[in-house]
Amino acid sequence: MADRNFSATRIPGFAAIAIAAFVILYLPIFTLVIYAFNAGQSIAVWEGVSLHWFARAWDNEAVKSATLRSLVIAVSASAIATSVATMAALGTTRRPNFRGQTFIYVMINQPLMVPEIVTAVALLIFFGVVKQATGYQGLGYLILAHTAFCIPFAYLPIRARLEGMDLSLETAAADLYASDWQTFRYVTLPLLFPGIIAGAMLAFVISLDDVVITEFVKAGGQDTLPTYMLGQMRRAITPEVNAISTGLLALTVVLLTAFFLLTRKKG
Amino acid sequence: MKKLLSATAMLLASASLAQAAGELQLFNWGNYTSPELLEKFEKETGIKVTVTDYDSNDTALAKVEAGGHGFDLVVPSANYVQIWVEKGLITELDRSKLANIGNIAPEWVNVPWDEGRKFTVPWQWGSTGVAVNTSVYDGDVNTSAIFLDVPDALKGKINVVPEMNDVVNLAIMYYGGEACTEDTEVLKKVRDGLLAAKPDWISMDYGATEKLSNNDWAASVNWNGSTMRARLANPAVKYGYPKEGYPLWMDSVGLLKDAKNVEEAYKFLDFILMPENAALISAFARYANGVAGSEAFMPDDMKDAPEVVIPEEFKASGHFLPTCSPKAQEYMTAIWTELQK
Amino acid sequence: MSMESEARSRQTRRAWALSAPALFLLFLAAAGPLMIVLVYSFLLPGKYGNVEWGFSLDGWRGILYTRDIFDGTLKLADAHLTIFWRSVKLSLLTTIITFAVGFPTAWFIATRAPKARALWLFLITIPFWTNLLIRTFAINEVLRNEGIINTVLTRAGLIDAPIRMINTDFAVLVGMAYVYLPLMVLPLFAAIDRFDMRLLEAGYDLYASRLAVLRRVILPIVKPGIVAGSILVFVPSLGAYVTPRVLGGGKNMMIGNFIELQFGQGRNWPLGAALSMALLMIVMVALLVYVRAATKGSNPHG
Repeated sequence: MADRNFSATRIPGFAAIAIAAFVILYLPIFTLVIYAFNAGQSIAVWEGVSLHWFARAWDNEAVKSATLRSLVIAVSASAIATSVATMAALGTTRRPNFRGQTFIYVMINQPLMVPEIVTAVALLIFFGVVKQATGYQGLGYLILAHTAFCIPFAYLPIRARLEGMDLSLETAAADLYASDWQTFRYVTLPLLFPGIIAGAMLAFVISLDDVVITEFVKAGGQDTLPTYMLGQMRRAITPEVNAISTGLLALTVVLLTAFFLLTRKKG
Repeated sequence: MKKLLSATAMLLASASLAQAAGELQLFNWGNYTSPELLEKFEKETGIKVTVTDYDSNDTALAKVEAGGHGFDLVVPSANYVQIWVEKGLITELDRSKLANIGNIAPEWVNVPWDEGRKFTVPWQWGSTGVAVNTSVYDGDVNTSAIFLDVPDALKGKINVVPEMNDVVNLAIMYYGGEACTEDTEVLKKVRDGLLAAKPDWISMDYGATEKLSNNDWAASVNWNGSTMRARLANPAVKYGYPKEGYPLWMDSVGLLKDAKNVEEAYKFLDFILMPENAALISAFARYANGVAGSEAFMPDDMKDAPEVVIPEEFKASGHFLPTCSPKAQEYMTAIWTELQK
Repeated sequence: MSMESEARSRQTRRAWALSAPALFLLFLAAAGPLMIVLVYSFLLPGKYGNVEWGFSLDGWRGILYTRDIFDGTLKLADAHLTIFWRSVKLSLLTTIITFAVGFPTAWFIATRAPKARALWLFLITIPFWTNLLIRTFAINEVLRNEGIINTVLTRAGLIDAPIRMINTDFAVLVGMAYVYLPLMVLPLFAAIDRFDMRLLEAGYDLYASRLAVLRRVILPIVKPGIVAGSILVFVPSLGAYVTPRVLGGGKNMMIGNFIELQFGQGRNWPLGAALSMALLMIVMVALLVYVRAATKGSNPHG
């Protein structure tokens, strides 16, 4: 029966919507990249081709250090947040109801529930006291703050993966006298991995984009790329930021390509 | 565990401690500090200036008040200087360390927010007025009627910057009151006038420089420096000084009470009081400074720019916003909430 | 103590132990410091922002009631309710749109060859390596009267005059859906991807209709992903304000701006604190009700 032939990969319309989604996602990115090459002062009026903004961004110490700082914070915060979120997800899913599970669930998702400005003010006051007491003013506060609000973004996709994940393989492993750690390392983790990747990617971009909390927590010389941008917003935004974004995008693409070529050879 | 923690803390702190000598931390508005100025300063003195940005007076105030910020100099607006002084956050300047303090132009010495310049030195100043694309509307632009009784040609094409203090005070002056008024008769007119005009506005947003340049907007309540940039891209743009009254503002540099690099800070303050250096500040952000003789070093396109040099006939209508009383601030917030609900 | 209850309490201890690092970090830099805000909501506003130490319920009263600035009468703060309802409506619509677009996208990714999946996933997140502000401006650039869409449509002769899209509700929805799309796609992907597509094909043979397959086979499997995705989109978009302002023109406030106003030029920190605490409670209750309803009837081990 030809018409009963069903393929999960070909649900009518799904591919079309997905491709459209990708096109829409990249359309603004396309204009953003175009304006990075603008000879003029503006991100909205085209005045000819030039590499001038790339040169300027490269010469601008403030922008370079802000970009680097953004990346350092995003990598550290998403790594820590994903690790603790994975543990928490393993602890709170696939087990019978237990006392305190609602509390844990609410605590983990709490950073989502208030507008950023509120957490920002709270952290400003709290860290202000800690900074004066300890004298330490380093990047640790920003990493800690970012880690905290990244946790729910990492936790929810991992939990979604875990819920209803087939237990039989793990039980089988345990039956074969694998230790808890072995079971986790060789059975659970590979099954969970797509969830971890999804969570880590979300945490990373959320941290990379954060403005308000960073603005309130940062100390002297700790501007990140978004807070640097925020300062420009009221005056004039120049294509310099487009140039930086384009540079970051290019870097990502190069790294990804390298990664895929390398893994392909191995496989 | 404690050892581990303190070792980690040391490691994280070392980066900031290492550069403490010959360093200065400037906490300033974003995109407001000329990189050339800092380069020149570093070349002459060996002091490396780190700039950290803020985007509102209230954020800057809250951050410094919370403590543990690590900044040396801050650049509050005129109507906030008194708050910084009253809260004891900035300290009185030692004039013996400022050889160039005499360079402050006479009209900027005895200013209402800092009589005799005890606490601050000028950074930049400007005004809030209206910018109009004269190819769309060629009537009188020197009036707040542009956004409060919107001319037909501009209906649905005018933007208002979302700055509560500037917008509400422009309206107060338009309806015959004084900035920060507590007169409910005037405030009632202000509320009704703003509410009635709002449907004629296209948006309440920043970004006037671009959107006036590319014709997305035909007019906007806007700052003078931003309007000048828009005019350079689109010559039809004209800056209007509302004759009913418009706010003037000046951002001034103050020394924080808990500054760590005090000597360096004085060197920087003295440095920016030299006319050629003050001109660098202006050339970057496109606003006037308050240092006598700096005009000679300004870029040519600023020397007689109608946005920078206020025409004689409109000088009297410009008013510096005072520090509003809590009561006046409450009125403004209530009107603003009503306006944006 | 019976074996079963002993096993159970061991399970509980384990759950807490595994959650402890996350809870510790959250307590240190999220929920803990938020206690300060709770305290502030019961204080008096300071003269120039901040708070003054004196007990007052004005902050909480100010959520629902406001004193008329002209005649001094206490009246219901309809402005606050309007702002709140606008934010809720926008978040709901954003969630629905991101789901409508995100589900097929996640499905598409999950049904690619295993090696290609990671690549497609990265393709979803790469646009978000750029800055939110600059990305939002770029969306505006696409939607402008002289932007890409209008230029293409005019050149193709499909329209005579440009369609005005900037500063409309449409622009805001497009922008919000854009910004929050990965938050929907990634959890959905995580849920769909673990699922054996052969089951689906078998299910199709069994149930015969597409709708039945969707309801009885697909839905139960992707439900955790839908729950996670909709929380990640709905809840944070309640507090969003950069995108609505830049694309909508900022004539109307969102709850995020309104709270920010209190901590900024409005100089009423206690009201800002009370508003955010009230929002926290409403969202928390809604979230729990939603999660309970969504997981009802499913396997307790699942």
